[in-house]
Amino acid sequence: MNQAGRMLLSGNEAIALAARHAGVALGAGYPGTPSTEILEYFSELGGKAQWSPNEKVALEVALGAAFAGASAMAAMKHVGLNVAADPLFTAAYTGVSGALVVVSADDPGLASSQNEQDNRRYAVAAAVPMLEPSDSQEAYELTLEALDLSRQWGLPVLLRVTTRICHSKSIVLPRPPREAPPSPVFHRDVRSRVMIPAYAKLAHQKLRKKLAEIARWCEQSPLNRVIRGDDSLGIIASGIAYVHAREAAPRASFLKLGVTYPLAIEQARAFAAGVRRCLVIEEGDPYLVDSLRAAGIAVEGQAEIFRFGELNVGRVKRIIAGDPTDEPPMPPGKPPQLCAGCPHRKVFETLGRLGCIVSGDIGCYTLGVLPPFEAMDTCVCMGASIGVGLGLRHVLGGDQARRVVSVIGDSTFVHSGITGLVEMIYNPPATGHVLIILDNGTTAMTGLQEHPGTGRKLDHKATGRVVYEDLARALGITNVHVVDPTRDGEGFERLLASALKRDELTVIITRRPCLLAARRISELDKAAENKPDHGG
Amino acid sequence: MADRVTNVVVAGLGGQGVLKASDILAEAAFRAGLDVKKAEVHGMSQRGGSVRSDVRFGPQVFSPMVPNGSADFLVALAADQVEPNQPCLADGGILISPENVDENLLSNRRCLNVALLGFLSAHLELPESHWLAAIRSNLPSPLHEANCQAFAVGRKMGGIG
Repeated sequence: MNQAGRMLLSGNEAIALAARHAGVALGAGYPGTPSTEILEYFSELGGKAQWSPNEKVALEVALGAAFAGASAMAAMKHVGLNVAADPLFTAAYTGVSGALVVVSADDPGLASSQNEQDNRRYAVAAAVPMLEPSDSQEAYELTLEALDLSRQWGLPVLLRVTTRICHSKSIVLPRPPREAPPSPVFHRDVRSRVMIPAYAKLAHQKLRKKLAEIARWCEQSPLNRVIRGDDSLGIIASGIAYVHAREAAPRASFLKLGVTYPLAIEQARAFAAGVRRCLVIEEGDPYLVDSLRAAGIAVEGQAEIFRFGELNVGRVKRIIAGDPTDEPPMPPGKPPQLCAGCPHRKVFETLGRLGCIVSGDIGCYTLGVLPPFEAMDTCVCMGASIGVGLGLRHVLGGDQARRVVSVIGDSTFVHSGITGLVEMIYNPPATGHVLIILDNGTTAMTGLQEHPGTGRKLDHKATGRVVYEDLARALGITNVHVVDPTRDGEGFERLLASALKRDELTVIITRRPCLLAARRISELDKAAENKPDHGG
Repeated sequence: MADRVTNVVVAGLGGQGVLKASDILAEAAFRAGLDVKKAEVHGMSQRGGSVRSDVRFGPQVFSPMVPNGSADFLVALAADQVEPNQPCLADGGILISPENVDENLLSNRRCLNVALLGFLSAHLELPESHWLAAIRSNLPSPLHEANCQAFAVGRKMGGIG
């Protein structure tokens, strides 16, 4: 929506627009709420965007592009950065020739996640600069700044956003599109790019030196600013917490931080000295308050109860009032559920009926834990269903072991399940194991994105396809079955019951398109048939 | 309305058009040149669960979320979503629910979300032309007629037209 240069954009759209305006050559990621729309919108705007099998691969692809001098972006949800942590930590050592921005979309309050980890810790741990926007305008501005900083210092930069930044809409005044970055060229620089111990030792020292310089720059950066108000209360805040606090305490003085690693310690010290009470308001972990206190700055933090869930204006008022008493519980809403007619329903009905111990995974089908199914016993992280199921089988007695089933969705299987399947072949339990891959032909939970098993790219164009049954057979699984339990529920139940009795390895692929995606999938398949030269 | 922030909460169930309704409202305010913020949560809520979207507009908006007890309007698309969202309403705040609109008058009942926006519009100072432009830009053209009709029905029941 555009009116006289003003736009009403979500934070995700604003990040994508800035990436486009700054000439980002490649955006890679894996879908995950609340980050998914960044790459989708970047693609809609004409940017080259791709879903990778998982966040680790996405970050590596973006890093390669940045080694070649391009501006690149990797976008993911907070737990995705756990998967991508391996390349991130060493990319800080190698640095980049171009620009590399890693967007971490955190989910305080767990709107759609398995934990509420605070990824500001990653900036400190990996030693990469971090910027945090407070609304869509800043999401736009700070994406541009992050790309500039990255190119200027030759370091990856973390752009840390949260659910309310990603999905809230506010007004953006974009800048005119910039001149394109220079064309990518690879320059050999073995000591910077090949992290054998001898070179990595030097790279670590170089990184710390750069960070010290960035910390000095940060003290003067306009990205951190003071809003002078009454000197009886000074508030230090960043991200969404800042806008809540501005509203909760309109007369207070503020130190608003746009750069949250490294921190402008001396600016914070001067600010705290200039107010009678200095309070840090932050969502999630006590990251800012601990860092400032460690630097010897007397700042007040918030009670432990405010560490849980999102902040809002009401909670910030309570923090300011120093009220740590229990908060009134939120009235319960109606919980989500598997859609009527969802192909996963039959699977969970059957698992329940057979009394299975179900090692589950991340996706729509995690809703199989709720009534009426109540047919899931564990869910930890992407891909864990297989490893956890195998671990259960290894130690449980025969009767229980033979009831353990791992259940994983198609997109999740490609993301992190393939190595689990390799483990199943390599270290099979004495009772064998049963893995069910729920193949609904899409990444349903995050809004129907493509993945390597659909044979279509982010923009739905045809490409190479991973075929799970071929993969399982190639790895050495002999009992591989492809079935549709919605069509033949009894056949599926017989198959599963007999697989559980055999002390062998079995992979059952339940294949039927997600109801929400079925129409689009059949239209895309039809279009592909009319263009036989379109395959990958 | 012009000198303060107006707070509207739109609530319902996944699939009812909560987000579409709040997009239309936010755009109508945006077209009026106001500062606008809109907050909602995507993801799990799309699987038939409760969905809530907050829209705030005025001269300057800070937080995108409507603080509890300060909504001027609660627009509930499902009767059973009134109670869980009631705490958002300010003293004297107005509840707008499916009861406010005679669904038999709608040419398409799926346009209830836009009909309730019509009812809301009768209480706001946003020009009708901005509402209609927002409806058109948020919906595909085959749906324009039914939604503009629903908006007019709601607006009339709200006391205008």
